[in-house]
Amino acid sequence: MKPTNLQGPDYYHKVVDCQYACPAHTPVPEYIRLIAEQRYTEAYMINWESNVFPGVLGRVCDRPCEPACRRGRVEEEPVAICRLKRVAADNKGDIQALLPAVAKKNGKKIVLIGAGPASLTVARDLLPLGYSIDIYDDQSAAGGMMRSQIPDFRLPEVVLNEEVNYILNMGAVTHFNSYVSSLQEVLDKPYDAVFIGTGAPKGRDLPALPGRQDGNENIHVGIDWLSSVAFEHTSRIGKRVIVLGGGNTAMDCCRTARRLGGDDVKVVVRSPFADMKASPWEKEDAMHEDIPIHDNHVPKEFVVEDGKLKGMIFEKVEAVYDKAGKRSLLPTGEDPVFMECDDVLVAIGQENTFPWIERDLGIDFNKWDMPAVDEQTFQTSLPRVFIGGDAAFGPENVITAVAQGHQVAISIDQFCRGEKVTERPAPNFEIASQKMGMHEWLYGNDVVDSQRFIVPLVDKKKALKNHKVEVELGFDIATGLKEAERCLNCDMQTVFSTSLCIECDACVDICPTDCITFAEDGEEKDLRTRLSAPATNQTQDLLVSKTLPTKRLMIKDENVCLHCGLCAERCPTAAWDMQKFFYSESQVGRTCKK
Amino acid sequence: MSYIKPSFRHPDLPSNDLGYTKKDYEGVLSTLCAGCGHDSISSAILQSCFEMSIEPHKIAKISGIGCSSKTPTYFLGNSHGFNSVHGRMPSVATGANLANRELTYIGVSGDGDTASIGMGQFAHVVRRNLNMVYIVMNNGCYGLTKGQDSATADIGSKSKAGSVNIYEPIDLASLALELGASFVGRSFSGDKHQLIPLIKAAISHPGFALIDVVSPCVTFNNNAGSTKAYDYVRDHLDATSTVDFVPMKKEIVTSYQDGSSKEVTMHDGSVIHLQKLAEGWDPLDRESALNALHTARNKGEILTGLLYMDAESQGLHDMIETVNKPLNSLAEKELCPGNQALQNINESFR
Repeated sequence: MKPTNLQGPDYYHKVVDCQYACPAHTPVPEYIRLIAEQRYTEAYMINWESNVFPGVLGRVCDRPCEPACRRGRVEEEPVAICRLKRVAADNKGDIQALLPAVAKKNGKKIVLIGAGPASLTVARDLLPLGYSIDIYDDQSAAGGMMRSQIPDFRLPEVVLNEEVNYILNMGAVTHFNSYVSSLQEVLDKPYDAVFIGTGAPKGRDLPALPGRQDGNENIHVGIDWLSSVAFEHTSRIGKRVIVLGGGNTAMDCCRTARRLGGDDVKVVVRSPFADMKASPWEKEDAMHEDIPIHDNHVPKEFVVEDGKLKGMIFEKVEAVYDKAGKRSLLPTGEDPVFMECDDVLVAIGQENTFPWIERDLGIDFNKWDMPAVDEQTFQTSLPRVFIGGDAAFGPENVITAVAQGHQVAISIDQFCRGEKVTERPAPNFEIASQKMGMHEWLYGNDVVDSQRFIVPLVDKKKALKNHKVEVELGFDIATGLKEAERCLNCDMQTVFSTSLCIECDACVDICPTDCITFAEDGEEKDLRTRLSAPATNQTQDLLVSKTLPTKRLMIKDENVCLHCGLCAERCPTAAWDMQKFFYSESQVGRTCKK
Repeated sequence: MSYIKPSFRHPDLPSNDLGYTKKDYEGVLSTLCAGCGHDSISSAILQSCFEMSIEPHKIAKISGIGCSSKTPTYFLGNSHGFNSVHGRMPSVATGANLANRELTYIGVSGDGDTASIGMGQFAHVVRRNLNMVYIVMNNGCYGLTKGQDSATADIGSKSKAGSVNIYEPIDLASLALELGASFVGRSFSGDKHQLIPLIKAAISHPGFALIDVVSPCVTFNNNAGSTKAYDYVRDHLDATSTVDFVPMKKEIVTSYQDGSSKEVTMHDGSVIHLQKLAEGWDPLDRESALNALHTARNKGEILTGLLYMDAESQGLHDMIETVNKPLNSLAEKELCPGNQALQNINESFR
């Protein structure tokens, strides 16, 4: 095998699994260490710089970091990264003075259509550079789906307002309650660039299902219903509620219904329980609130009698997978199931829709009748129009919208300065030795055994009485510290110097997780089978040294390295060193311009 | 500095026949100098016992004094251990072994503990063919007292401070052969491929098994000019053979080249497979082993591998015809069989 290429940030970035998995590449281990030192404000700011909404995301993030967390591969559960982010947000001090200064206006005017997470991220990145920003939204306040679709009991309004206002207070000009009905009209105004961040606002319905029209009064599209609850147009629902769908919106719908008068709320989903799109913890939270989930039931009919919705009929199916793993839901042949209800919430997906974009503006539309968007630059075929967030590639999540917002800001800045949008600033990274003494490190390298701590919840009765009462109480300071200790510090890289190694085997002998091997050269596939412990996780790289004096190679499997530093402590020649790798994703205005 | 090893292990660690993983054979974190060869030997002992599926409570580790003799703390934490007096490990091991013949005895000693203060005890335990593995962690210096030349330091070897050793060294392998040892091997701490099968063969051997392991002292004897430094040893290694140990229970599946290979079947049915490298040497011939050692030494080489084995060896218990049952388990009824038994014995002498 060739020695690992350690030029640039790529190799070590991938070792930091959580950060690598995060769409915005938040430096997770760094902020967790700051929490462990009770430096909450700094921990918050590290988050704020990369993901813009730490308080929001600390509650409602989809947490792609947690399944990636290395701890989940050495024991049962990953670090509660998301909830630690909330600890930073809950305990931070005043951050006003730490926010970026807003430069003198640079004369460029940008319009953002939609005031959701993607637009707000673009605004946050561009406002400090002197751009003038207009924001249009059809809602009465900024936040997009974070405000309209995520219920208060998961994300209190005060938390959202705080983080939205940090951005708006930088001088964005807002136009709320203003639905943009024509892109042409916007383009006619003297904007240097237009950003479309209108999300995926159209909830899927079941228009063809028998009884849909007749029962219309008691059949609601999930996201519209959630939105009307959020803006206080709706405050009640029937006693018996069926929620159709298995995603996170369905979970929000059923839990909201429980709080608005629904005593008998059930979720009915076509797919098997395990295939449901909702995050496992959201399913748990729903079931904790006494909401049963009926899987493998396909809706067949809304039963309406005398103009009044009585219930729904479902067909029972089972999932069958073919050789390619493709699923089909086949009827079991059992009798149809009738379920009584007063209201139905349809939460079976949502999609983008652009009736307001004229088709003759020079924006190419693809075969799905969606605007064609460049995946790197988010530019459309009309150079001054950019699309990001759910509006670009369909429904994802808040953190993805934020990550895309940062990229859009780079593109818009390049575009407005007359540079190529394909020329992107490089990410920043530093790597620095943590050696403090003979066997001492600048980071706490003890690996604690504690299991993942559970976030306490508010009393269920109290929670179900009021949909504004936040269910999760968050970690208290003491538990937050203990949970923070569980982080393995994967950004503390094991850096190997071939020239210093005397091949004494001390690192091989001490490594608790058998990561290190000195072996004869070979192809990667073959090498992976003859290491101290077989390296079967192909998603994890091997660190390969140059050829050593005995013609062997040092090979380290990154998979379950605890970053405990014992290899470096037991190395007599400091051929191993623990070095902190800090990576921050490229952002506009952060890097020196050529 | 870390004093506690993290408790997590690789999730795919293999288990042995007893269902144990390597973790069950570990000791506490070593406090020896970083890079000490002794830690590698500890690791090889641990790996051997794991692979042979020996129950940890059926092993006794016995040592004397010195860096080497500290090591039993760092492996086999679930086994019996006795850290004895300087140079007196053999007599303690003899006593323990006589009292309970059912344990596997692993004696760990150093060049000082064996070739200097313990020379007398060493000679006698070899003579008696006590059933034990005797590992010498040989670094040619007194590491615990800052690196003075030991009795195994080669003549002409230069110390870290620059002084050259003027005394003849004691070659423990040759000495053991002269004293009638029934199993003699030599290895290098940096070569586990050779060391582990040697230890396993030594454990299976019924009788006294010496393994003299060159183990560089990184702190005091790893300098240029030292003949026990990592670089020097690697440059001057010469192996009698490659060693492969096949335990009795396992089928031999590897196919070996004919001609230069030799299989030695041990007392318990295990097989040592040797891919021979040294010429004119036969592992079952004491004289050829002595010759090979002399030849290598004259060439300035360090001969490693299995040097000699007596396939017919009988341990001390068989030589003195003790009962099969461990002596420590004999109760009063067996030890004092009564007046009639005494009369019978007396009668037999008349």
